[in-house]
Amino acid sequence: MSTAVATPGTNGRSINYLNVTYGLRSWLLTLDHKRIGILYLVGVTVFFMLGGIFASMIRLELLTPDGDLVESETYNKLFTMHGVAMIFFFLIPSVPAVLGNMVLPIMIGAKDVAFPRLNLLSWYCYIFGGTMAALAIIMGGIDTGWTFYTPYSSTYSNSFVALALSGVFINGFSSILTGVNFLTTVHKMRAPGMTWFRLPLFIWAQYATSVIMILGTPVVAITLLLVALERLFGIGIFDPKLGGDPILFQHLFWFYSHPAVYIMIVPGFGVISELIACFSRKRIFGYSFVAYSSLAIAVLGFLVWGHHMFTTGQSVYAGMVFSVITFTIAVPTAIKIFNWTATMHKGSISLESPMLYALGFVGLFTIGGLTGLFLSTLGVDVHLHDTYFVVAHFHYVMVGGMVLAFLGGLHFWWPKFMGRMYPEGFAKTSAILIFAGFNLTFFPQFILGYLGMPRRYHVYPDEFQVLNVMSTAGASVLGLGYGLMFGYLIYSLVKGPKAPANPWGAKGLEWEIETPPSPHNFDATPIVDQEAYAYELPDVPIDALRRNPAPRSDQQEEEVVRST
Amino acid sequence: MSEAHNPALQHHFDDLDQQYSASNMGMWAFIAQEIMFFGGLFGGYTVYRNIHTDAFVAGSHHLAIGWGAFNTAVLIGSSLTMALAVRAAQLGRKTGTFWWIIATMILGSVFLGVKYIEYSHKYHEALIPTASFLTYGPLAGTISAAAAGPLKIFFSFYFAMTGMHALHMVIGIGIMIYLLPKVWRGTYSAEYYNPIENFGLYWHFVDIVWIFLFPLLYLIGGRI
Repeated sequence: MSTAVATPGTNGRSINYLNVTYGLRSWLLTLDHKRIGILYLVGVTVFFMLGGIFASMIRLELLTPDGDLVESETYNKLFTMHGVAMIFFFLIPSVPAVLGNMVLPIMIGAKDVAFPRLNLLSWYCYIFGGTMAALAIIMGGIDTGWTFYTPYSSTYSNSFVALALSGVFINGFSSILTGVNFLTTVHKMRAPGMTWFRLPLFIWAQYATSVIMILGTPVVAITLLLVALERLFGIGIFDPKLGGDPILFQHLFWFYSHPAVYIMIVPGFGVISELIACFSRKRIFGYSFVAYSSLAIAVLGFLVWGHHMFTTGQSVYAGMVFSVITFTIAVPTAIKIFNWTATMHKGSISLESPMLYALGFVGLFTIGGLTGLFLSTLGVDVHLHDTYFVVAHFHYVMVGGMVLAFLGGLHFWWPKFMGRMYPEGFAKTSAILIFAGFNLTFFPQFILGYLGMPRRYHVYPDEFQVLNVMSTAGASVLGLGYGLMFGYLIYSLVKGPKAPANPWGAKGLEWEIETPPSPHNFDATPIVDQEAYAYELPDVPIDALRRNPAPRSDQQEEEVVRST
Repeated sequence: MSEAHNPALQHHFDDLDQQYSASNMGMWAFIAQEIMFFGGLFGGYTVYRNIHTDAFVAGSHHLAIGWGAFNTAVLIGSSLTMALAVRAAQLGRKTGTFWWIIATMILGSVFLGVKYIEYSHKYHEALIPTASFLTYGPLAGTISAAAAGPLKIFFSFYFAMTGMHALHMVIGIGIMIYLLPKVWRGTYSAEYYNPIENFGLYWHFVDIVWIFLFPLLYLIGGRI
């Protein structure tokens, strides 16, 4: 394992990206990808809490069959704002913009992303869009559902839809700019020797995600803009009174929003590949299959949007085609799951907290993915459409999948970027609480949905109460887990012991630089001559192996061999 | 590595070649994004033109072919002047770059001026797709309520598509205003001209969008 040499500063302390400059201005105008990642982390935490508050109110209302806590209109606003906050302002930027910004350039041996100014601009788009959406929430909320279906959103809603739509529209540019930036960075900024098939799988996942962000987001942007124009000026593209077609909105919306669920999960796959390889001490099984399966999901993801519309006026033949293509998505996804389990097979598994999240991910995502197959079956979907089964499926994939991947990645890279260790015992407790609480919250919802409880109602028949009470109890445990995690992470920033350069014994360029990284990551552009998962090779000094300028001569090769 | 001393080289790139190819690729990725952005509008247009073919043909007859054709020529001309500006930048000819960009700006402004004339005609004919659509002006009362709905949808697309295109032109002219003083001060050279080239890509993209908009909006239903 390498021992990183810290650069001594003038005052004797090492200069890193956190202490190189101080003050609010140095953060708000920073061009450093690591600082921008932290800015995003603050943003997504705020929206996660906001969305979490709405979720708790939803669960409290559903504790009893009657509508005794809120009225139906308030309830409509609660689930809408929960969805808008969590999807557009937490899940989509969570792994790509937070973890991606922090580690992507370092993983490929670059000093920064290709366009640092665009990177900062993307954060401002996110914050500006988020502020507009938050303003819509504060001024009285929105009640259309996070999908903004016309004609609810265009004609019938009296809430602040145009403001929220503009917020989501502007936030879309944050996604697009991140996508353009990462795509270019991966293509053009890789260090010498960092070939495509030596890239960490996190990079492949981010690359596939960037493609979706670039090609999908603009479509929903223009669609939401048209709805906003319809509300503001009455232009009437989706107005059935004029001969417009509200279902066209659904097509355009899902053309983005289905690929968008892959924006919300594929980067998570990337994180899990890193975690499982590291904590199994094995090179990832079937590297190229895992890499290509990310791209396959990105491509196929654009061809399945119609499965959201099996019951909403789409031709049966179109439905059949969409159903078949949806099934094929299970193939690359299953490749990933099987390859992760094969990686763990005969590995030297250690159950540190990031690995607990990764194991939780594999289990929960498998359930979420398989129930997706129920929903992509035409006949079954007619029964399950718009029931709690869909809610449970979606949360198994998004919370059980992406949130666990995000938290796993956050715990994995936290010591590297914050320079402090968190208390491992608390971290394990919170990982287990989140896993248990999550299952207690959402598994009963599968049963509720199968029994026919529709989503988006604040009252329900008495016989559903037991399962709903279980779900609400689970949500409390889940909230406890999140709260505990928030507490010890903040604590670790102040009191945590200083983190070593590589606390997990992980491979990859980000673990070979000092902790926390210096402002420019690398003093000199590194030269890479091995893959990212060389866990089965003996530990050799990195200066001998990696930072070797130019191709080595035979004599140097011998020196390396002798030194090991 | 004498290039490392070039003031245009940003610290996170190894050399100017890497910087050039990265910014070029970023621009192409951005243009892919733009294609999808307009693609949503073109997709919606295609669906509605199939549903309301008659209304779209009727709507097209309210548009001025002459102005549209004139603007097409103006924009193609501006693509030529932009290409010449990029060529001059590649050769390090500061004055040439400057004046060809000025010419591009003038042609872009002419286009927007003509667009203003067309839009104001539509305003006087009450063809702006808002609540006041067909409520006043020469066409008021001449079109049945059943035909007015789809006609309004045609004009929604006309204004959304040409408006979004015009917005891109305005942004383009804004970028040229930003570039001109830098050109004059000699920021760009034969070694470092990628901002000019990337802006050229953007400008050509905006032109190409119009090349599709003109026939799809002005020329449908056997008008020529």
